Amino acid sequence: MTALLRSRRTHGRAVFLLIGFVGLVVLPAVMSEFRLGLLAKYLCFAIVAVGIDLAWGYGGMLTLGQGLFFGLGGYAMGMFLKLQEAGPDGLPDFMSYNGLEKVPAFWQPFRHAWFALPAVLLIPMGVAAGLGALVFRQRIRGAYFAILTQALAAAFVILLIGQQGYTAGTNGLTNMKTMFGYDLNDPTNQRNVYLAVAVCLAIVYLVARQLVHSRYGRLLIAVRDGEDRVRFLGYNPTVVKVLAFTVSAGMAGLAGALFVPVVGIMSPAALGIVPSLELLIGVAVGGRATLVGAIGGTVLVNYAKTGLSEHFASGWLYFQGALFILVVAFAPKGLAGIRDVIRRRAPAPDMPMTIEPANVLEAVG
Amino acid sequence: MKTKKWVGVVMLLAVVAAACGDSANDSSSGSGQTGGATDGGSTIKVGILHSLSGTMAISEVSVRDAELLAIEEINAKGGVLGKKIEAKVEDGASDWPTFAEKAQKLISVDKVATTFGGWTSASRKAMLPVFEKNKALLWYPVQYEGLETSPYIFYSGATTNQQIIPGMDYLKAQGKTKIFLVGSDYVFPRTANKEIKAYAAANGITIVGEEYTPLGHTEYSTVVNKLKDAKPDAVFNTLNGDSNVAFFKQFKSGGLTAATMPVMSVSVAEEETRGIGAENIAGHLTAWNYYQTTDTPANKTFVAAYKAKFGQNRVTDDPIEAGYVQVYLWAAAVTKAGTTEVEAVKKAADGITFDAPEGKVTIDGATQHIYKTARIGVVQPDGLIKEVSASPTPIKPDPYLKSYPWAAGLS
Repeated sequence: MTALLRSRRTHGRAVFLLIGFVGLVVLPAVMSEFRLGLLAKYLCFAIVAVGIDLAWGYGGMLTLGQGLFFGLGGYAMGMFLKLQEAGPDGLPDFMSYNGLEKVPAFWQPFRHAWFALPAVLLIPMGVAAGLGALVFRQRIRGAYFAILTQALAAAFVILLIGQQGYTAGTNGLTNMKTMFGYDLNDPTNQRNVYLAVAVCLAIVYLVARQLVHSRYGRLLIAVRDGEDRVRFLGYNPTVVKVLAFTVSAGMAGLAGALFVPVVGIMSPAALGIVPSLELLIGVAVGGRATLVGAIGGTVLVNYAKTGLSEHFASGWLYFQGALFILVVAFAPKGLAGIRDVIRRRAPAPDMPMTIEPANVLEAVG
Repeated sequence: MKTKKWVGVVMLLAVVAAACGDSANDSSSGSGQTGGATDGGSTIKVGILHSLSGTMAISEVSVRDAELLAIEEINAKGGVLGKKIEAKVEDGASDWPTFAEKAQKLISVDKVATTFGGWTSASRKAMLPVFEKNKALLWYPVQYEGLETSPYIFYSGATTNQQIIPGMDYLKAQGKTKIFLVGSDYVFPRTANKEIKAYAAANGITIVGEEYTPLGHTEYSTVVNKLKDAKPDAVFNTLNGDSNVAFFKQFKSGGLTAATMPVMSVSVAEEETRGIGAENIAGHLTAWNYYQTTDTPANKTFVAAYKAKFGQNRVTDDPIEAGYVQVYLWAAAVTKAGTTEVEAVKKAADGITFDAPEGKVTIDGATQHIYKTARIGVVQPDGLIKEVSASPTPIKPDPYLKSYPWAAGLS
């Protein structure tokens, strides 16, 4: 048994390195600038998906409002880039249309990289920690928690649209051309942005994997499956849940910040209820409670979205809907669960120890 | 274990192969060589990028139809430069980052000579950097808030001095001195109202109220009550989309009428009056550059061709017509330039005229906007709009309102 485990572990490591090699060396060399940019965007969503998987798949916290944290990170980065571009005395373009005469005080700290870059992680995590502490202490969970997070994402969008002078409203922050003085339109820099996203995803994956494989991870799963029992055992489930929710918010914030240089836009359209649900769908399709399933599912769903909409411009939504129905109907545990069906053996959904990249690749294939 | 490993490796190979396939089609980095692709082939590819799904689909699908109609007509007459035009349609999905993504796709994968597309200001603002970065052309067919001249966008809809200001001129000529502003909360209504307030201050008109509601808002009883209290002579309405349905119904059921308090709308055209219900909006005013009833020979042909192709129950309106016209304007510029190369087309476009359904239009090369005739209309009981006043000649576009002394300091 130990020999088997060890061989699985080295095997998993080999596959991880192989995927890393393909992702960091082969794909940037062979893909066109445009397709690589799209892949970078999918990987940003995959970073959010890992966070959702941690909170939902492992922690049982159905978070429908991850767009809020994605947006907090994205706007922090967008404000930094807009101010960099405007220069020390300049005003971002949308503020001048909206009749503002000087940069508002709450924008000022975002002039500095030392503030803006940590803020990308710390603001979403701070909000999630505060919210989580309030909500989980009150033992709010299940549908109530889901509705609360969804309402927050919706409220955030309304706030952004309403405060047009400070946030650029519906249009969002657009036309960001440079980052640290580098031209974002330059193909080499776009490639570097892709590499940064890929490396961030690898780090996020390793952090999440470490978390779920630790004692803390077992506690998190235990809280998901029987919160009261964990409480009677002497643990405090609030702390366990707040930590997972905070880490997941940090991941969403990081993804939002990376999304800005990749796509060049941060707007409320990317944050509301529908985009937040789309992020969840990737996790559901890939298979929740498997980290690689979440990443693979998100990349697959977004790849299908682009591919279908390019080939069937007027009817692609029907195909996408059909895809989701098929997955839910025939593979309720997601694509990562298909191998269990194929092998006709008892499913083992709650054993994260058996997660291996190869399982998912096999299932996706 | 073994088989599993192999499956993994095969999958990776498949991903790499797919990526290679992609790049073979895209022939790598796509900056700055649009139009070049048209010299070899037997067709000229153009992009059409509108929302075919999502909340904006209801408006944008008709514009796509009009653009396809124009392309079909041009092809029937032999195309441009002896080549047929081939339309590549993409769905912006009412989502601004998607507009940017699809614009880039049309430019670098399909290598289109130009793109026709967009509706909301947000979609235009999202596409603008993409077209500027690739030095590719976008033709944008909808009236908008002005204060923009991108070197890579042609604006075939009205800017504010061709729609909003003539609307205010009309109200002033009718002796309306107290005006109430109602709008959706985004950039177009906010900017339009800023200009209206400056106009009012210079023309002895009082603004007695200003209300904004979120896009998609449907509860207007508060606004109607405020209207009853403020008793304006007229309402200037910059609401967009579905909100107009609720607003006009509640305006009417609140006991207000077009006779005592006419509403001047700038985003309600023939397509929208059907949704609002003609009985709810009949008698109210609109400001546009084109109506289905506009009396020009070109319009009779256009309306007949549009209905024959898409159905007798379809109507034409201002953005639909602008979509149709901009395809012809681009084709004329390409013919004059003798190439689809972007800089040559831009240069050739200056001064091109076309007998459009809305009357004669001319491209102003300096702003890349179009001279348009302003037309004020009254909604009829059948939902069509009858013109009651028009500018004597097409108005020169002035997106920054430089020729209006009262507008100093707005932009």
